Amino acid sequence: MKKIILSAVCSALLAPAAYAGKVVMEGSTTILPIAQKAAEVYMNKTPGSNITVRGGGSGVGISSIIDGTCDIANASRAIKQKELDNAVKKGRELKAHIIAMDGIVVVLHPSNEIQELSKEQVKNIFTGKTKNWKDVGGKDLKIVPVSRDSSSGTFEAFMEYALDKKRVRPDALVQASNQGIVNFVAQTPGAIGYIGIGYLSEKVKAVRYNGAEATKENVLKNKYSLARPLFMYTVPNPKGEVKAFLDFLKSPEGQKLVEEEGFIALKKN
Amino acid sequence: MAKKGEKIKEKLIEYFLFALSLASLVFLAGIVVTLFRESLPAFRDIGFFRMIAGRDWYPTYDPPDFGILPLIAGSFLVTLISILISVPLGLAGAVYISELAGKKEKAFLKPALELLSSIPSVVYGFWGMVFLAPFLQKHLELSTGYCALAAGIVLGIMSTPIIASLSEDALNYVPRAFKEASYALGANRWETVTRVIIPSAASGIITSVILGTGRAIGETMVVLMISGGSAILPQSFLEPVRPMTSAIAAEMGEAAFGTPHYHSLFAIALILFGITFVLNLAAEMIAKKFRLKLGASR
Amino acid sequence: MNKRFKQALGFFIVKTLVLAALTVLAAILIFLFAKGAGIISWDFLAKPPENSMTEGGIFPAILGTFYLVFFSVLFSLPPGLACAIYLNEYSPKGWFSGIIRISINNLAGVPSIVFGLFGLAVFVKQLGFGVSILSGSLTLSIVILPLIISSTQEALMTVPQSIREASMALGATKWTTIRRIVLPQATPSILTAVILSIGRAAGETAPILFTAAVFYTRELPKSLFSEVMALPYHIYALITEGTHPETQIKIAYGSSLVLLFMVLFLSMAAIRIRQRHRSHYDKIRR
Repeated sequence: MKKIILSAVCSALLAPAAYAGKVVMEGSTTILPIAQKAAEVYMNKTPGSNITVRGGGSGVGISSIIDGTCDIANASRAIKQKELDNAVKKGRELKAHIIAMDGIVVVLHPSNEIQELSKEQVKNIFTGKTKNWKDVGGKDLKIVPVSRDSSSGTFEAFMEYALDKKRVRPDALVQASNQGIVNFVAQTPGAIGYIGIGYLSEKVKAVRYNGAEATKENVLKNKYSLARPLFMYTVPNPKGEVKAFLDFLKSPEGQKLVEEEGFIALKKN
Repeated sequence: MAKKGEKIKEKLIEYFLFALSLASLVFLAGIVVTLFRESLPAFRDIGFFRMIAGRDWYPTYDPPDFGILPLIAGSFLVTLISILISVPLGLAGAVYISELAGKKEKAFLKPALELLSSIPSVVYGFWGMVFLAPFLQKHLELSTGYCALAAGIVLGIMSTPIIASLSEDALNYVPRAFKEASYALGANRWETVTRVIIPSAASGIITSVILGTGRAIGETMVVLMISGGSAILPQSFLEPVRPMTSAIAAEMGEAAFGTPHYHSLFAIALILFGITFVLNLAAEMIAKKFRLKLGASR
Repeated sequence: MNKRFKQALGFFIVKTLVLAALTVLAAILIFLFAKGAGIISWDFLAKPPENSMTEGGIFPAILGTFYLVFFSVLFSLPPGLACAIYLNEYSPKGWFSGIIRISINNLAGVPSIVFGLFGLAVFVKQLGFGVSILSGSLTLSIVILPLIISSTQEALMTVPQSIREASMALGATKWTTIRRIVLPQATPSILTAVILSIGRAAGETAPILFTAAVFYTRELPKSLFSEVMALPYHIYALITEGTHPETQIKIAYGSSLVLLFMVLFLSMAAIRIRQRHRSHYDKIRR
């Protein structure tokens, strides 16, 4: 009974913020360029709408939607069991929408001659077993691994698929976003990092992972093992502007934006 | 004799002011209460000593580790570097302004100091990212410029105007009689400054250093942007670190309300609060003794 | 000779250090100015971001900062002033108000991220205000509250007791004395403190990281419950999360410059007011 009253009061306080036409998106920095671009195009098409975008990482987005402070949680990983439990405890149900596909790319400094790395090698590098590039066939140069904060969905996905949930070495540097990793790797000759495919540029060099190159075809054909869907989480029955925006993003026009930002559109079926 | 109506009005005003003051105090007390309340679960469930002495900070793994020793070490290292830079520079500035500068220079330098100490920390952090870190990486041939040294240098530069300004106040507070007596005994300016004025102002200078230390430990944006983010016990100042403030800032968005991670972040905040509280208290006590000591000899 | 040499060496070292410090600080400012000046234009200041935030301006961030500062001062000034007046003029001067004074001074030294964490937990989540101007400015108001209280108290303390006594001896009530005699004399110092608090609130990032600021929003804030872009957060977000760094770095430089100008302008105003007040007050004293 107390909970009902409390949530009624809280919704009353939140009501001014929940008026139609407004959507608040928060979370993954991987999805950020897609969210940003789509928000702009959608707002141009739909006068009266207002889409707000916040970064912070997938964990931040999910935590926000569970606590009720955003409408759409951008997440580059699936929701964790712990988070689901927390949501249930708070009486919040969530629905996942897949809005794009992504491949996590392992990147090096352009001057690094290494062309490919196996899963075992990547795992050893990031867990600290391998410390020098010469141990994997490269120059005699200290390996400088760069990783993400725990709030990053890319980090969680990488940890699960590439590292088999082992701990990243504690002295790996930490950047706050995909772009941060790109910037860092681009200016650090010994660096190794991981980013969403949409962030790939000539500033860094992508290596083949377990024999497969990080390309859209390989992701769609399930040949690239570090592939993952990109999610947007909402309440179970999104209405109004939230629904309209999600529909837009899943439509061919929206998916074209996904491709433009360098990510992989959903297969049409 | 005031009229009855006026008396009532006066009382009402007094109560009104009291009520508003209470509001302020409630606000401020609320923070302390919240800090304690939300960090208690962490200390209770994880254990105070496990946290303080633990060397692994992996709050989101399964199973998690909540050792904050690396975070504390990171804060201390960065602060140490900052003090090593800001105290000599600040003290020199204070001596210069108080003893060497001409009237015109003083009139320019003192406001300049205040202006410099108002520059927002995010601007300093930004400069650190776009200039200092790449600079250090290139010229010290480091694998990366994001390290304790970079953050310490920026913090040191940031704190210098504050230490200079507070120390200058302390130097000014020394009675002229001291100076004059020293000259009368045949000392020159340098000897007077180093053997009479600075020692007399020592408590005030120490106060300014303590306050500067508090500011450095509490600084968030600069360390968030350029200290590297690695939760390790640093072996040298060229390694990346993760000071307490940047750990909170980087992780607070993700820690869902009521989770152990959430409570452990509050625990870190409580420790930070405790450190700055102790430093401020020390500064206050020293400042009081300082004023009494000098005041009595006036 | 030894004494003379020591003196020369000593002062030389002092001068060198001072010169070094000033040079570094000047270099930082010049660096930022050189890199940022190019992008500043009327469009930059008045338009919203366009084209994935690679073009356009930073108007929403400037407006957001303005709103945050305005409301944080609005929320903290009345309680702060009242608290200082009550503590200094009404409450019995004993150990109790001493403890309160110490507590307030201590809270002035608390790291701003602690306030941010508090704001996130209490305003955003528990009270349900969400990420909004309301949450952000409430958090900021707690940041500047200790400053306002302690500076106002100090300003009131410099007003000589004799003036109060003279006023009361002439038959004025306590409040009239405060309102018409004490406060006007303390006003310039209080004003200085308020302006400095404004500068502080405008430049703080940690308290608004998760309580008010967003990466991108097109519409201008409609209510206290709207989220906003803010200058300090914009700088931070562009350089750490920016999606198109080559173009966005220039915007970050420009935003830094705008923020710098804002804060330096406010500080200079505060200093001028204090200087004019001091000379005016000195003349009266004579």
